[in-house]
Amino acid sequence: MSGRGPFGRLDWISVILYALLVFIGWLNIYSTSVGDADTSIFDFSTLYGKQLFFMGVAFLGIIFVLFVESTFFERFSSIFYVVSIILLLGLFVFGKTIAGATSWYDLGFFNLQPSELAKVTTSLALAKFLSDIQTDIRTGKHQIYALIIILLPAILILPQPDPGSSLIYFSLFFVLFREGFPIYYLGILIFAVVLFATTLMFGTVWVSIGLIILTLLVYTFKKASVKIPLLPVLGVIVVSILFSLSVNFVFENVFEQRHRDRFALWLSLEKDEDKLDEIRKTIGYNTYQSEKAIESGGFTGKGFLEGTRTKGDFVPEQHTDYIFSSVGEEWGFLGTATVILLFSLFFLRLIYIAERQKSDFSRMYGYGVISILVFHYFINIGMVIGLLPTIGVPLPFFSYGGSGLIFFTMLLFIFLKLDSNRLKDGI
Amino acid sequence: MKKLLLSSVIVLIGFTFIGRLSYLQLFRFSPDQILDDPAIKKVYDYPERGYIYDRDGKLLVGNQPAYDVMVIPREVKPLDTLEFCGLLGIEKEEFLSKMEKARVYSPRLPSVLVPQLSKEDYAKLQEKMRHYNGFYIQKRSLRYYNTKSAANVLGYISEVNEWDLKNNPYYVAGELKGRTGIEQQYEEILRGQKGVKHIQKDRFNRDIGPYKDGKLDTLPQQGKEIHITLDKTLQEYGEKLMHGKRGGIVAIEPKSGEILAMISGPTYDPALLVGRERSKNYSKLHYDTISKPTWDRSILAQPSPGSPFKTLNALVALQEGVINEDTNFRCYHGFYVGNTLRGCHCGGGIRDLNSGIYQSCNAYFAGVFRKIFDKYNTTDQGMNVWEKHMKSFGLGGYLGTDLPTGAPGRIPDVAYYDKWYGDGRWAASTIISNSIGQGEIAATPLQLANMTAAIANRGYFYTPHIIKSIGNNGKIDPKYTEPNYTTIDRKHFDPVIEGMANVYEYGTARWVKIPGIDIAGKTGTVENYIRIDGERMQLTDHSVFVAFAPVENPQIALAVYIENGYYGSRYAGHIASLLIEKYIKGEITRTDLEKRMLEKTLEHEYAKPYSGEPFKINEYVW
Repeated sequence: MSGRGPFGRLDWISVILYALLVFIGWLNIYSTSVGDADTSIFDFSTLYGKQLFFMGVAFLGIIFVLFVESTFFERFSSIFYVVSIILLLGLFVFGKTIAGATSWYDLGFFNLQPSELAKVTTSLALAKFLSDIQTDIRTGKHQIYALIIILLPAILILPQPDPGSSLIYFSLFFVLFREGFPIYYLGILIFAVVLFATTLMFGTVWVSIGLIILTLLVYTFKKASVKIPLLPVLGVIVVSILFSLSVNFVFENVFEQRHRDRFALWLSLEKDEDKLDEIRKTIGYNTYQSEKAIESGGFTGKGFLEGTRTKGDFVPEQHTDYIFSSVGEEWGFLGTATVILLFSLFFLRLIYIAERQKSDFSRMYGYGVISILVFHYFINIGMVIGLLPTIGVPLPFFSYGGSGLIFFTMLLFIFLKLDSNRLKDGI
Repeated sequence: MKKLLLSSVIVLIGFTFIGRLSYLQLFRFSPDQILDDPAIKKVYDYPERGYIYDRDGKLLVGNQPAYDVMVIPREVKPLDTLEFCGLLGIEKEEFLSKMEKARVYSPRLPSVLVPQLSKEDYAKLQEKMRHYNGFYIQKRSLRYYNTKSAANVLGYISEVNEWDLKNNPYYVAGELKGRTGIEQQYEEILRGQKGVKHIQKDRFNRDIGPYKDGKLDTLPQQGKEIHITLDKTLQEYGEKLMHGKRGGIVAIEPKSGEILAMISGPTYDPALLVGRERSKNYSKLHYDTISKPTWDRSILAQPSPGSPFKTLNALVALQEGVINEDTNFRCYHGFYVGNTLRGCHCGGGIRDLNSGIYQSCNAYFAGVFRKIFDKYNTTDQGMNVWEKHMKSFGLGGYLGTDLPTGAPGRIPDVAYYDKWYGDGRWAASTIISNSIGQGEIAATPLQLANMTAAIANRGYFYTPHIIKSIGNNGKIDPKYTEPNYTTIDRKHFDPVIEGMANVYEYGTARWVKIPGIDIAGKTGTVENYIRIDGERMQLTDHSVFVAFAPVENPQIALAVYIENGYYGSRYAGHIASLLIEKYIKGEITRTDLEKRMLEKTLEHEYAKPYSGEPFKINEYVW
């Protein structure tokens, strides 16, 4: 297999899954934006025509990545990172504002979104730093360096404002976890989120009672041989209750009303039908319409180009962040389940690839790629189907948008390129 | 652990998503959702409402085009308001407030700015309309009346209300529906079925083409025309005669139960409830609580029937075998109710069945009534028998006509008097007023006319109805073509009818005889009271008359009830005779009488109780 040019050792399963996702995504963009049926699909004034053009550009990007020397990315990763940080900073001066967020450079023919670029470069830089022979992630100092690499772009993106993109950088923690960063940090985070949500839903009293009952159950049913020291457990309970007590204060005083409304909608806190109706019309409008569109699809869906809500533009931003609702309406449960399955298989395949890397850099970068993709997928679909509060991030390969498609493609193919060269690593 | 973390997270997310999607798409999905889909607008294509014809095929109700000026607020460009208002014929303030209302309702959806323009206004506006952006004219169909009569019978149509919307899924806000009369009763036949077009909408509610290329669309089904049993000429003539009088007239064809005329006075022109002035006119009619023009006296008024009811008491007594034609009673110018003497106008002397009827002798029928009760051991038994006979004439209960409204009247029974007087604390003599049709009996003019038809038929009647045919010779409900038999044998009718015929020959109506037509009739003079501000006062008697003609092979049976018209033949008798002549001969020979009846009004009688001054009743002046 070796020595057959740049395509020789490419992982074709990943490439096919990628191509499938892009194709299905484009079909749905077509459905959301098609007007009169007789315009050509190559009409570049339409969204689907433009997306087709972006797909062409992305293909050129793939060719470029595959023909470049694979050590190129590792070698220049620090420089890429610095450049993208400079570009992010430059937005404060030269940025173009679209839909309230100053996230773009106007290049005339194309709006460049540096936060998309920075996802690639940050993954590279993090992999480079971690794979350095002198880095030991178990030391506090290096943990802080790693955190700085991850958080710097996130902090620069936050005031654009683009909290969604900013949040994405936290996904790179999965790279750290893979490399030995203590996993219980994640445990603590999840525990805190659960406490936060349950306190809002049931109140501190019930949460405290629940915690105590849980503890008692653990002590009752644990094997006699297992010893759990009582004092730290009590400490955890006390801290948890204190945290729970602070939740309401933070919720009422630190959050703004629009945040509170989003949580109210997400956790079904609001029971008053009139107020719910009001929320559905304002802050929850997108989610409500999106859920309704998906619901109306049923098992088999209404059929391609037959989605009445899709045609009627009932779901705002359906061609970008809410593209998945179009799948739900027109292709039904069969379609949505297929897409979920494709994404899952794709991610698991990429993990498999990452794990077979001999080079630490390749593996770490691979984990970065997967973490970023999974995070997008999780937040986006979670939001569209009403499981998560509204956070604007695109669905990789699906959502309309040039920067997104091109950089997700680059992100992925740099990894596939590294993988195709894995046998040469270490020589 | 650290190698499996991300994989586990991915699998977990996958299962969570699939779970949530199953909930949304499999559990919460219901297949009829397509109908509630807000992305599909239904546009209705309304068929023309069916025409209504009279029994001879003369048009009563048709349709006329009307033109609404519509506005879509957000498409309105700045305009010369004053000029535009001038064209529309409305004030500037009204225009501005209506525009504001339309904007509040929806900036994107059309609202009615000026409803129901006349044809002339429409012609004027039509060519200028294109200068005004955001306004357009929409054609609608309104009722057109080819008669000024029968308003209460025909009924009117109006916009559906919330109750209709809740209870009948056919209707959509803004649609019209028959509200009273025939329009209500035969609503589904007249309206037809609207057609539906499904239009795909976007979220700004703009049309973006037919849904599924019109596969689900339906065509409208034309409303059917109906023929009703009214005789247009008779109805119009009767209403003319009722000019200035309050009361009700019902005429029935005895051999079919078809209602020939149903007149209520005062009435109104049905065209008042159509078009731009509709709501103003409606309020005026509806809030006239003294003369109540929208209250159909012919089927809703329930006065005591008075003397015509004597004929039924005679029939019951004959059937029970307690009297025969020759049974006689002496009249001492009155009879006793308990210890009170009630007068009799018959002149006194020996009365048998025949003269008892034609002289309308109160004492005779008091005696007859007592005899019916005397046959039985207990008053209760007698009462039950009497009640059964009376109810077989369609009294004391709803008749089951095809009119959407009506009143049951009253035939009192044992329970009624037990409640009033106490168990067993009453007897025939206590309730003797019923013998002469006063007392506790009540009947609508329709019931009286039907009772008369049953006498005319010698023992049976067809349920009165207004429908003659649906569409082209369409069948009507079979219950209107089956006779209802009374409990009185045929042979007993002849002597009673003879008495009724003699009413015209020698009796209380001898001066209203029509040359060439044999009529059987019975006058009635009904005492009545009114309560104004808590004060009970007696008013001039109601004038009542029932008649059928010709005596052999009757073609028309009618009941005329004129409020405060004094004695029976004074108004009711005259009007009845004119109607009979008109119906049977087609023309009136007694033009003097006709002129008098057309001109006389009873407004002075109706004004009396409200004048605030003491007044006399039953004045013998014209």
